[in-house]
Amino acid sequence: MTMELVCPAGSPAALAAALENGADAVYLGLRNPTNARAFPGLNFTPEALRDAVIAAHRRGRKIYLALNTYPTPEGMALWKSSIDAAVEAGVDALIMAEMSLLDYAIRHHPDTPRHLSVQGSATTPAALRFFHEQFGISRAVLPRVLSLAQVERVCEKSPVGIEVFAFGSLCIMVEGRCQLSSFVTGKSPNCHGVCSPAEHVHWQELPGGRREVRLGEVLIDEFEAGEPASYPTVCKGRYRAGDALFYALEEPTSLNTLSLLPRLAQAGVVALKIEGRQRGPAYVAKVTNVWREALDSLGLQPQFEVRPEWQEALAHVAEGHQTTLGPYHRSWH
Amino acid sequence: MKISLGPLQYFWKKNEVLDFYRAAAHWPVDVFYLGETVCSKRREMRLRDWLALAHELSEQGHDVVLSSLALIEAESELSALQHLVDNGKFGVEANDLSAVQLCREGGLPFVAGPTLNIYNHETLALLQRNGLTRLVLGADQGAQQVAALRRQTRLAGHPFPELEVQVWGRLPLAYSARCFTARAHDLPKDDCGLCCQEYPEGLLVQTREGQPFLTLNGVQVQSAQCCDLGPELHDLASHGVDIVRIAPQRQDTDGVVQRFADAIRQQHPLMRHGDCNGFWHGGAGMAQVTLPSPH
Repeated sequence: MTMELVCPAGSPAALAAALENGADAVYLGLRNPTNARAFPGLNFTPEALRDAVIAAHRRGRKIYLALNTYPTPEGMALWKSSIDAAVEAGVDALIMAEMSLLDYAIRHHPDTPRHLSVQGSATTPAALRFFHEQFGISRAVLPRVLSLAQVERVCEKSPVGIEVFAFGSLCIMVEGRCQLSSFVTGKSPNCHGVCSPAEHVHWQELPGGRREVRLGEVLIDEFEAGEPASYPTVCKGRYRAGDALFYALEEPTSLNTLSLLPRLAQAGVVALKIEGRQRGPAYVAKVTNVWREALDSLGLQPQFEVRPEWQEALAHVAEGHQTTLGPYHRSWH
Repeated sequence: MKISLGPLQYFWKKNEVLDFYRAAAHWPVDVFYLGETVCSKRREMRLRDWLALAHELSEQGHDVVLSSLALIEAESELSALQHLVDNGKFGVEANDLSAVQLCREGGLPFVAGPTLNIYNHETLALLQRNGLTRLVLGADQGAQQVAALRRQTRLAGHPFPELEVQVWGRLPLAYSARCFTARAHDLPKDDCGLCCQEYPEGLLVQTREGQPFLTLNGVQVQSAQCCDLGPELHDLASHGVDIVRIAPQRQDTDGVVQRFADAIRQQHPLMRHGDCNGFWHGGAGMAQVTLPSPH
């Protein structure tokens, strides 16, 4: 069975880029805090979502809607009405993490498939059984923490199809369980759909062309003149631990699993997810294009080979222009 | 209001662990959470050792709960979890949904640990139907969320479970597959040499200008700051907090426990000894919110 290519879109232009370049499915969010990329100017109104569904279905592709943040009691009406709006727009699946929302969706819209979001932090067959038995999920996205051998094991025993992250910015913490942003800013991916929100980010020029960046009042990093600087999430800053000053948690880098494609297919992974709803249409076009070619060639060649031009194209759009196999490879751990 | 000792977050030698808890048996602690919640490679204390300790404390009249690993990756960890759930005597603090499911499959009640993401009353009720009897509030949650949870639970006509809140200690902020302590030693995780044992209270991370910021503790990231809700004791009581949780630390845990016990007995809030309380007040976790003077 071929793996489905699931690509991100934060705007109609990015959606068009994904569809033109061969995405099998595109995942979107509504323009409100119900999804984990709730950035200003990004995402879709209910009308734009309807248009997106029509455009995708015309090409025989799918639209998934991410509703993967965690509402407090005050927010529940908005989250539930967003589920209703998504179903009304005709989306092909809802990507959710929060139990009460999954429960609402299966009760009110049983015919719309439910995927467990990466934010659901499910890493074992037991946790997947929980979501399958309780909410009838048909697919789950695994957090980016498991090694390839562990992914293979989960695929064997999972009651539902497994989707994994294939490319994009690398969250190194278990998704759904990271409070680093809220520790500093009070705003979290779980509750507010943001990590290191822009209004808390302060860049300052220093003498000699150097720059520093703070999140709130916390110094995340300093850069030499001309040194490339990445977005200041807490996990990708440079700090002191012991005697060393270094990226104590992770370098600015992107996940890239192109070389693992045959093993992921062999493991029975049903879908590959590309990260990056916050990125522009050019990123979506390039990444979708490379992955489409790679996936198509996987079925044709007896021996899958990663073409250098693919890697070059992906490195070009990667965070820090470097990529890693991340947690799939044991040495990363 | 009761006092609990949360699960030990750090990797101590077996005799240090046993000495700590044998001393703690004489402190005014009502509930002990025992077990390894951070890394399955920490095997100074095996499950049988934790169980023996649990029996010891239980025979001395303490409530004991066995805490499960927060991040389960390997099959071996899942079968260890099954043994923990099947212990036949002690309740389990479920720190991920694998543990919830195994308790559910065994028809056993469970304590919902702080990493289950229970942010609203519907999810709370759903888990109560599946065996949740006590809720440990998530590190990022605070007074306003508790009030909303209680209000909505009451409106729905459901009972509210026992509520527990961490009032002292470094805050657990994130978990990863990566071991950050091994990374700081430039060692691969699979050959880590158990270097986290060198840091009985974790490895301090400072910003480039020397501000204490985070604590590396194996695959867990904690705050560098010590959360302290001692001055908020009245507020905690008025929000119906049943149990206050103190995180074990190497130094002066007995002093901390005694301070909280005295304050609870005298119904008198404490002076601030720790650093931060921001999450309880609905803001950034590292913030220190000054309470209005009672006078």
